[in-house]
Amino acid sequence: MALADDTVFALARGFRFQWEPAQAAYVLLYPEGMVKLGSSAGEILKRINGTSAVSEIVADLERAFPGVALRQDVTEFLEHAREKGWIRAGQP
Amino acid sequence: MPGSPNPPLWLLAEVTYRCPLHCVYCSNPVDYAKYGVELATDDWLRVLREGRELGATQLGFSGGEPLVRDDLEVLVAEARRLGYYSNLITSGIGLNERRIAALKDGGLDHIQLSFQDSTREINDFLSSTRTFELKRRIAKLIKQHDFPMVLNVVLHRLNIDHVGALLDLAVELEAEYVELANTQYYGWAYVNRGELLPSREQLQRAEEVVNRFRERVGNRMKIYFVVPDYHERRPKACMNGWGAVFLCLTADGLALPCHEARMLPGLEFPSVRDQSLRWIWYESPAFNRYRGDEWMKEPCRSCPEKAKDYGGCRCQAYLLTGDPANADPVCDKSPEHAIVTQAVERAEQARVAVATKPVLFFRDDQNSRTLSRERRREPVA
Repeated sequence: MALADDTVFALARGFRFQWEPAQAAYVLLYPEGMVKLGSSAGEILKRINGTSAVSEIVADLERAFPGVALRQDVTEFLEHAREKGWIRAGQP
Repeated sequence: MPGSPNPPLWLLAEVTYRCPLHCVYCSNPVDYAKYGVELATDDWLRVLREGRELGATQLGFSGGEPLVRDDLEVLVAEARRLGYYSNLITSGIGLNERRIAALKDGGLDHIQLSFQDSTREINDFLSSTRTFELKRRIAKLIKQHDFPMVLNVVLHRLNIDHVGALLDLAVELEAEYVELANTQYYGWAYVNRGELLPSREQLQRAEEVVNRFRERVGNRMKIYFVVPDYHERRPKACMNGWGAVFLCLTADGLALPCHEARMLPGLEFPSVRDQSLRWIWYESPAFNRYRGDEWMKEPCRSCPEKAKDYGGCRCQAYLLTGDPANADPVCDKSPEHAIVTQAVERAEQARVAVATKPVLFFRDDQNSRTLSRERRREPVA
């Protein structure tokens, strides 16, 4: 299923996203576990706020990292994150 | 020890050994009654700060029953301020409207509620309390306050046939996570092993029920099924390695690489009353004792799987063979593997019958004093 441009994602309930200096990485914390995120995953999840649409997130990332088309990478990651239960469509 | 260890990620704060329940498989030390004064609030606040500085992210408040301490709300609020993701591991006893609201305000992230069984009869028998109905009410309270809830059940011969009903209970109570944790045979569970170890057939049936349930509910509910290592042929990678990610703090202030390690001989575990957490994690002899593989004996030393399971569990090696540096005898490469297979054989022959009054040592102060006086470590036949 293709991801609609106007989809809005929020972190799933019970998940917390934060920067960890000791690991020099963003992490996702949830009951009984933690995911250490790669830098691009961290940059994407940082922009998941329950109000920005996918198209806005892509545009913002392309401003931050000029010269690369990011839409496909971003939507693939978001599909993956939704599959994993880290994020869900809709308001927080 | 080659290289520098990674920081601890997971802190378990056993804030008290006191508990209103008397579970026959309690993971607290059998001789808990002889340990001294609990850490004060300020000690805990300092240790939490030090742990966070080292890089710990997950924090479990456990016990005993952590709600026995009336400063739990203070500790939870500080944990949130420091950036921990915190979990209250509780029997539910002591939770009420006022306290749960304070825990929510303080920023507690989730709650793990234990049940001993899906039936009132066995729940109340195993914990030696009348708590089944109370726990159901507490589960509702947890959901009303919008906490993610982990339903935890320790499995053994007397309740493993009820996993279907336990999963139904989890659905009814709207748990997001279910932890069906087969008993690990340490502490009180080791003393009571003869009555608790399930048969292979029971285990197989339980796994089938869990798998069918998983297919039915999909990822609406996450189920952790912890297999009992006695039925395996390779040991568990205990704690992901000694002093690798996990740091346990006991009620009286000892720092341990796992819940059970304080029983090990020849090690002096440091106290947070005397040392910083940084020194304890990186420098203390106890935390370095079984890091890496220098300490290993055969068959572990030359084993290609040693980097995968680290030779299993040091506490189990000690309990079953008398030497913590031996291979965990769960491994069928261990020359002492027969100790485990014989225990499983005895379990195959045992009858499943709560009605015949199993011989169980309930976890209470009197049994603790008796067992530590006798220095009894052997399971009751």
